[in-house]
Amino acid sequence: MEQKRTKEEYKKWSQKQAPKSPKIKRILMAFLVGGAICTIGQVIQNALLGTGLDEKSAGAATTLFMIFIGAFLTGINVYDDIGRVGGAGASIPVTGFANSIVSPAMEYKKEGYVMGVGARMFLIAGPVLVYGIITSIVVGIIYYIIK
Amino acid sequence: MEFIRAFIVGGLICVVGQVLIDLTKLTPARIMVLFVVAGVILGALGIYPILVEWGGAGATVPIIGFGNTLAKGVIEDVNEKGLLGAFSGGVRAGAVGIAAAVFFGYIMAVVSKPKIKNKA
Repeated sequence: MEQKRTKEEYKKWSQKQAPKSPKIKRILMAFLVGGAICTIGQVIQNALLGTGLDEKSAGAATTLFMIFIGAFLTGINVYDDIGRVGGAGASIPVTGFANSIVSPAMEYKKEGYVMGVGARMFLIAGPVLVYGIITSIVVGIIYYIIK
Repeated sequence: MEFIRAFIVGGLICVVGQVLIDLTKLTPARIMVLFVVAGVILGALGIYPILVEWGGAGATVPIIGFGNTLAKGVIEDVNEKGLLGAFSGGVRAGAVGIAAAVFFGYIMAVVSKPKIKNKA
């Protein structure tokens, strides 16, 4: 009898608590993992600035390095683990963009190098580029009209 | 200090993404598209550059920073070549990122083997 009551209570309690606390944990992990990845980016950027590169080139080269790191860690099957821990903290940085390219391309390699690797690389990167570039063109046209 | 600022800004941008995933059930792919588009718009409005100024790589490493780069390129090119710049600026500014993603992405995909799924 008492056990039944506590079971029901637990059910209610867990329904109230369960979706909440993992959510907070996920948010915290996204902050930590995302923050850590960006700090690595800052370390790389500072090192590049130290070699005498101008700010613009250093920024572009940092992106290049981060993409390499993301692609490499995906290739050795490590980035998926980072993603499982970090959630959006792993997918939002540009390393996650690289991961979104390598991951499906690896998986569909058996479909060949053209329609497997070549096409699947853009499963997620494709839409990102399509909408990013279209928005930038619209912004450019509006800016041309109003400036 | 700039490392701490990068950590905080980068971390918070990812928190926004995580909250959106949890609250709206948007997939990470849609979040990435949303972030790039938001980056272009915030960049064009001059809001995102303020965040870059303060947060450094914390603002440029997340994919929303890529959107900001596209906007910056488009505005530079429109100033330089007029309407043609609307079509050249974004891809020009994002060229290193796009080319690096294609190049390293392809090489890593070709040389790597996917993990056997039933191991986990």
